[in-house]
Order: sequence, then structure tokens, then C-alpha cells
Amino acid sequence: MNTKFLRHKVAFNTLFAREIRRFLRIWPQTLLPPAITMTLYFIIFGNLIGSRIGQMGGFSYMQYIAPGIIMMSVINNAYSNVASSFFSAKFQNHIEELLVAPVPNYLILAGYVAGGTTRGLFVGLIVTLVSLFFTQLNIQHIFITISMVFLSAILFALGGFINAIYATSFDEISIIPTFILTPMTYLGGVFYSISLLPEFWQNVSLLNPIFYMVNAFRFGMLGASDIAIEIAFAIILVCIISLSSFALYLLNKGTGIRN
Amino acid sequence: MIALSIQHLTKVYSNGFEALKGINLDVEQGDFFALLGPNGAGKSTTIGVISSLVTKSSGRVQVFDVDTDADAEAAKAYIGLVPQEFNFNGFEQVKHILVSQAGYYGIPASQAEPRADELLKQLGLWDKRHTTARALSGGMKRRLMIARALVHKPQLLILDEPTAGVDIELRRSMWLFLQAINAQGTTIILTTHYLEEAENLCRNIAIIDKGTIIENTDMKSLLNRLAKETFILYLTSPLMADFSLAEVDYHQLDDTTLEVELKRGDSLNHLFAALSQQGIEVSSMKNKANRLEELFLDLVDKSEATL
Repeated sequence: MNTKFLRHKVAFNTLFAREIRRFLRIWPQTLLPPAITMTLYFIIFGNLIGSRIGQMGGFSYMQYIAPGIIMMSVINNAYSNVASSFFSAKFQNHIEELLVAPVPNYLILAGYVAGGTTRGLFVGLIVTLVSLFFTQLNIQHIFITISMVFLSAILFALGGFINAIYATSFDEISIIPTFILTPMTYLGGVFYSISLLPEFWQNVSLLNPIFYMVNAFRFGMLGASDIAIEIAFAIILVCIISLSSFALYLLNKGTGIRN
Repeated sequence: MIALSIQHLTKVYSNGFEALKGINLDVEQGDFFALLGPNGAGKSTTIGVISSLVTKSSGRVQVFDVDTDADAEAAKAYIGLVPQEFNFNGFEQVKHILVSQAGYYGIPASQAEPRADELLKQLGLWDKRHTTARALSGGMKRRLMIARALVHKPQLLILDEPTAGVDIELRRSMWLFLQAINAQGTTIILTTHYLEEAENLCRNIAIIDKGTIIENTDMKSLLNRLAKETFILYLTSPLMADFSLAEVDYHQLDDTTLEVELKRGDSLNHLFAALSQQGIEVSSMKNKANRLEELFLDLVDKSEATL
């Protein structure tokens, strides 16, 4: 193996390890809140309200919303991990530690995205374990389940990275999650099947990429979906390629990080 | 060999400010080089361009013959940077900061840890290795930045005002440390506002003002250019009312203090003889200002006059 490859491997591992150390160090802010919030979702929506709703798509309401709630926590945590970590690095100027070192930009991007993806998956696992206290999850398609949650985490980690590049204050890394990400997640079919919506709103839902992720993930877990799985994978892969290309372009240009 | 070569370097910021106006600079390998200039002269921009933190507008930078445009990674590997502002993650432990920085240079933890330990001991931070960086004192933070810059054993160390806000004792110990690093072969470029620091440490010097190099020479030649020196003399007893010194440019600061200006090379014996003749005894004396400071102010003044 050539020395450049080995050097890059060490640099990536270092950045990745630093990102993991960061979210584990502040676990009361990163791992505990989603566990508590999602427990409340299961109790209130799944148990109390869900018992009056009855079945949804052939499943108990609790079973129906569990995949969506898991996916929602993965998406939010992958996004916010990278957005806050990269913006903090900019804000405290310690991003310069990476910029002066012989670390290519694609590795900087990969390191942060890997960190965000890992936190997303970590939280997803915690929420999955929490959900087992409320319902049974018999995973129907293990490969689809794992690959969809993994790709979704990558996609939203990339989104968080781009948000952090443009952000100039801490307010600006909470605007997108509050005003765009959360509404898209709630309207992405986490709590309902779009077959319940009027035709116009069904068509609007098809423009929401989170809708495809939630449904593909639900298909993996329950075997039921509102859309074709191939389309969901195609959309998410196109989004990943587009966002990673754009993030790399911004890094190469030095947007937000170099004078 | 040339450690750093800068050719026709310009930098125009997005607001139109022209920070560098085509500077040229060479620093020899093994040198201890001072880059001086008033605030806003372009020192930090120059350092920023060399270390890839600032994107240049035009020109060429080579580090040990490696063009920073052609092979940025190879050029960066030669450089260790101690920036002016603290720029580490205050929530990380001191040793983690060093080991991570080594990792970014491709040095695995098995090699980085002993190197970090060695630097922490040398710089008096060993007891603080498990402390979070934000809990360190100002002087310790400065030393941490130096340790971090050295963890990958750079051949060119760039220090941007490394002793700003550091007490005299620590400053002197940092000088000794840097002199030892330089003696081992590391080329050092230093910017500082303490001109005494540059005079004591550096062999060669460039002065930058308003984005232009206005002087680039060796320290000895520069100091030899001093036309005159000013001394403050402290006398044992008050001067008489009719006191005067022929052929000496002086003025009386108070009853027992004289300020005397001598041409460079003039003998001090003549002055003391004249004072003795009048029964005046000198208890102590000092240079009024740092020698380099006088030249620096003179050069910057001239540069402003020509603009």
C-alpha cells in the first residue's frame, strides 16, 4: 500500500474518532434527548392515541409509526451532529487544525459525514431498543432496512455539513432543522399513510424525499410501503451524489472557511 | 536550500482591500527569520497564504521547492503553524489535541503518543495532559499551540506573535526553547510586536508595511544603519543651574537625569570625561529605546511618506 493512502487512512480515522469522541462526551445532549423524546412519541401517539386509531395499512398504529419514528431520529441526529460540530469548528477556529494539515477536502467531508452518520445510527439503535418496549418489530427485509437507514443518515449528514458551511451564527444552524427538516419529516408519512390524504396532497408528498426514506424503511421492517422501493433508492442515491458534489465544491472553493 | 520562496504574491480581499501588493521573499533553510510590520501591514495574510488558510490572488509560494499550488499536501507537511489566536477545541484534552493533530499528518497514534508526551514534558504541560484545553492559563495555551505545531516535526515553523500576552519569564523560556529547535535545524519564521524579541532571536529580517516589503536584510546590517543612539544617564547628585556640556547633544529630563544623543561610533569616554570635569558622577545608564525599534519606526515612517 502506498504511503499516501496510509497517511490518508490515519487522517480519516483520526477525524472520525474525534467526531465519535465528541458526541459520546456530550451524551446528555446527543444521545439521551432522542431516547426521551421518542419514548414520549411511543407513549402518546402510539399507545394513548394509537389505541383509538386502530389499524393503519394493516398494522397496529404503534407498529406502523415505529419505523417512521426511528427514521426521524436518525435523520435529525445525523443532520444536527455535523451541523453543530462543523460550525463549532468554524466558530472556534479549530477547523484550521485540519486546513493547515495535508488532509484533502474529500477526507474532511468524509470524516464529518461518517461522524454524523454514526451518531444517526447510534440514536436509531437506541430508539429501536426503546420501541421494543412498546411493540414487536419483525424485520421483513434486513438488507433494505439497514441500507436505507444507512443511506438516509449519510444524506442528512451531508445536509448538515452544507448548512454549517453557510452558517455564520448558531441561529443559522437551527433555522433549517426547525423550518424545513421538521415539517418535511412530519409530512413525510411518519404518522400516517398518504392514502389517507386527498389526491393533491398525495402528489405534494411525492416531492418530499423524506417520504421515500420513511416508506422504504417501513417496507424493510414491515413489508408495507406507499411507493416502489427502487424509486426510493434511486432518489436517495441521486440526492447523496448531488449533495456530496456540492459540499466538495464549497470546500474546494473555501466557502465559509478560507479568506 | 531555500525553505520558503514567495514570488509576486498578491492578495485582494473580497471587500477590495489590497493586503499584499506583489511581495517577494526568500528564507534560507535553518534561518531564524523575523517578519515585522505594524498592525494591518500584511504579516498575518502572508502567513495565512503560506499555510493555506488564506487563498492568494496571484503569485507563487514554494516550501522547500514544493509549489503550494502544484502539491499542496506535500508543502503543508513541511510546515508547522502557531497562529496568533487560540484555535484549538477548548473542550478537548491537551494530549488528545496533540495526538489528533499528528493524526491529520498521517502519524498513527502509536508514534504520535510518545511524541506528544515528549513535547508536553519539554513545554511544561505534562501535568496538564488530561486537562481540557480551555482550563489552561494563557501562557499554557500558547505553549500548547507550539507543541501542536511541532508534533509532526515540521521543517519550517511559523510563529505569528507567539509571545503576545505572555509574562517575561515565560517569554524568555520560550525563546530558549525556540533557539534550541532552530539549532536542531528547524527553520523558523517569527512575527512579533516585541522588537527586542526579533533582535535577540533572528538573524534575518523583513519589514512589511501596507502590503509591501520595505526592508529585507540581515539583522546585523540593519542595526549597523543606526545613525545615532540615545542614552539616559542617572546621576548621583542634582545638576548645578549653570551646567552645560559642549559638543554633546543632550537635554535635562529632571535634576538628576540626562538624555544624551550620540552619533553611532562616537566614544562614550568623551561624554564621561566631560561629566567628570564638572564633578558629575553617573550611577547608571540605559538605552532610551530598543535599537531595532528606532529603525523600525524610521523605516515605517519613510514608507508612509512615500505613499
